[in-house]
Amino acid sequence: MTEHEPRERIVGIGTGVKELATEDMVLNIGPQHPSTHGVLRLRLTLDGERISSAEPIIGYMHRGAEKLFEVRDYRQIIVLANRHDWLSAFANELGVVIAVERMLGMETPVRAVWARTLLAELNRVLSHLMFLGSYPLELGAITPVFYAFRERETLQAVMEEISGGRMHYMFNRVGGLKEDLPAGWLSRTAQAVADVRRRLPDIENLLLGNDIFLARTRGIGVLDRDTIMQYGVSGPIARASGVDFDLRRDEPYLAYGELPVKVATRTAGDCHARFQVLFEQVKISLDLADACLERLRELPPGPINQRLPKVLKVPEGHTYAWTESPLGVNGYYLVSRGEKTPWRLKLRSASFNNIQVLREMLPGHLVADMIAILGSMFFVVGDIDK
Amino acid sequence: MAEVLDAVVRLVVIVAVFLVLPLVVGQTEHKVMAHMQARLGPMYAGGFHGWAQLIADGVKFAQKEDVIPAAADRRVFAIAPGVALVPYLVVLAVIPVGPGLIGADIDAGLFFVLAVLGVGVLGSIMAGWSSGNKYSVLGGMRSAAQLMSYELPLVLAASSVAMAAGTLSLPGIVEAWQWWWLPWQAIGGVVFFLAGLAELRRPPFDMPIAESELIMGPMTEYTGMRFALFMLAEYAGIVVLSALTAVLFLGGWHGPLLPGPVWMLIKVFALAFVVIWLRVSYPRLREDQLQKLAWIGLVPLALVQLALTGVVTLLVA
Repeated sequence: MTEHEPRERIVGIGTGVKELATEDMVLNIGPQHPSTHGVLRLRLTLDGERISSAEPIIGYMHRGAEKLFEVRDYRQIIVLANRHDWLSAFANELGVVIAVERMLGMETPVRAVWARTLLAELNRVLSHLMFLGSYPLELGAITPVFYAFRERETLQAVMEEISGGRMHYMFNRVGGLKEDLPAGWLSRTAQAVADVRRRLPDIENLLLGNDIFLARTRGIGVLDRDTIMQYGVSGPIARASGVDFDLRRDEPYLAYGELPVKVATRTAGDCHARFQVLFEQVKISLDLADACLERLRELPPGPINQRLPKVLKVPEGHTYAWTESPLGVNGYYLVSRGEKTPWRLKLRSASFNNIQVLREMLPGHLVADMIAILGSMFFVVGDIDK
Repeated sequence: MAEVLDAVVRLVVIVAVFLVLPLVVGQTEHKVMAHMQARLGPMYAGGFHGWAQLIADGVKFAQKEDVIPAAADRRVFAIAPGVALVPYLVVLAVIPVGPGLIGADIDAGLFFVLAVLGVGVLGSIMAGWSSGNKYSVLGGMRSAAQLMSYELPLVLAASSVAMAAGTLSLPGIVEAWQWWWLPWQAIGGVVFFLAGLAELRRPPFDMPIAESELIMGPMTEYTGMRFALFMLAEYAGIVVLSALTAVLFLGGWHGPLLPGPVWMLIKVFALAFVVIWLRVSYPRLREDQLQKLAWIGLVPLALVQLALTGVVTLLVA
C-alpha cells in the first residue's frame, strides 16, 4: 500500500471535479461481453465514464491455425483456412487456393473463375449484412438485425443449395470448385439478389437519417489516414477514411479485371462513414453478383474444376496471394519445400491489423462511444486470434 | 364495516390491475415488436399465439436459484427490487379510472404521484451500488444522472396542467379537462411523456441498462424472482406513465359513446403502444446527450408551456 497523506480538501461552491477525490477504475470489457462478438478483451482505464487508456488483449481464441497448416495437405488446409473469419468462409478459401494454384501454375476453368467471383461477392454481402444488423444492435436499435438476418437467410438459401453449408461452405478446391452449379440455380440466385436489393432500404430508412443514430456515430471514433497507414488498417474501415484502396480494382484477381468494380469511399473516417461504406459496398456487391450471373449464363458449358493427382505436391518456392476479403486485406504467404504440406503458410488476416488501432482510437471517448467504435471496426474474433 | 369492505375491494382491484396490466403490456410488446420486426414472437406457450408466454416466464423465474454475489451488500441488494416496484403500485392507487373510480382520492394527488415516482429510481441506484459489480455501478450512476435531468421537465410539465385546472387533485384535473386542452397542453404532454420515458429507462433512454454496453446495468447480478420484480417494475412503470399521461393530458375517462373506464384503458394502451413503438425504431441516446436534450430541449419547452398556460388562464378568467 502506498501511504496517502490525508490531505485537507475544501469543497465549496464552484469546486471543480479536480478538487474532489477521484480514482481511476479499471474495467475489463470481455472476454465475455455482449459487444465483443466473441472473446476479445479490452482493458479500459476509466475516469468516470471517460476512457483514459485502452488495451486490446487478444488470443483467447487462438487455435494455432498457421501451425496446423503445416501438417495438413493442400486439400485439408482449405477446411482450416475457411474458418478463422467465420463470416466470410468463401473469401478465406479463395486466398489459399489462389496461392496454391499460382505455385502449381494451374489454370482454372473460366466457369470456375466466374462462379468463384459470384460466390465471393455473395459472401461479402452476407458478411456485411451481419454487421449492418449487429452494429445498430450495439447502439440500442434492436430492429435492423432482424431485417439483416432476413436478407442473410435469403442468400444463405442459395449458398446452402450449392454447397450444403451455411457457414463453412468448403466449395473451393485447388483448380476450381467442388461441383458444377445445380440446374436452375442461376435464376434462383438472381431472384435472391433482386429480393435483397429490393428490401435493403428497410434497414437504410430505419437508420441512416435517424437523429439519434447520427448523434451516436457522427464525429465519433475518427480515424485519420496516417494512423491507417501506420497500422495497416484495410477494408471498409480504411476506405471510410479516404484510403482509396481495393484489391478487386487495384490488383484484380479472379474475374474482377473484367468487371466494373466501384470502390465505396468516404472521407469523414468516423463511425457513420464506416457504416455508410458498408452499406454502399453491399449494393456494389449485389451489382457485381448480377454481372457475374449474366456472364455465367452466357458461358458455354465446360469443366468447373481440374483433375488433381492423388498426392498433390506443390513445387518448391514461395508466393504471396492477397485478396480483398469482406473485412479487409487477407494475405497468404505460402512457402513450399516441394512436399505435400506447406512448409509455412503465413496468414495476414484483416481483423488482426484493424483491431490494433483501437488503442489509439478509444482514449478520450466515453464508454458508450467505445461500444459505437468497437462495433464500427467490423471484426471477427476468430480472424484476430486465428 | 362497509368502509373496511370498500377499502378491501379497492385494494384487491388495484393489486389485480397492478399484476395483470403490466403482463398484458409485456405480451403486447412481445407480439407488436415481433410483427414490426418481420417475425412472429411467442407462438407456443398456452396454445393460442403464445398468450401464456409471460406466465411461463414467471414460472421459470420462480424456479431459478436466488443468487446473491459474495461482494454484494446483501440487505440493500435484497430490497432494491422492492424499492423499484412498490412506488408504481402506490401511484396506481391514486389514478382515477372513471368518475369516482379511484383507489384513494388525495387532495394533492399530483404532488403525491410525482414524489412517489421519484422513489422508484432509487431502487435502480441501490441495486447498482450494492451489487459489487463495476458495470452495475456505472449503470446506477447513469440512473442517478438521468434522475437529475428528467425530474425537472416532468414536474414543470405536470404543473402546467395543475395550473390550467386550478387543482392538484387528479380527479379534479380530469373533471376540469376540456377537449381544447389537447392542443393547448400539447407541448407539455410531449415533454411529460418523454421525461417519463427517461424515468422508466425505456429506449431510447435506456442507457442505465444498455445491455450492449453495461450488460444489464444495475440488474446485471440479479436472477430469479428479484430480476422478475425488476422486469415487472419496468412494465408497471409503462402502465403508470401511460395512465398518468392519459389523466393529465388526454382527458382521462372523457370520450364519446363508450363508458369512462373503457376510454381510460384505450388511452393507456395507445400510449403503451407508442412506448413499444419507440423501442422498436430508435437507437439509444448517450448519457450526456440525454442531459443535453433535457436541459436545452425539454426544460425550455416545459417553461414555454407554463407561460402559455399562464397567459391563456388569465385571458379565459
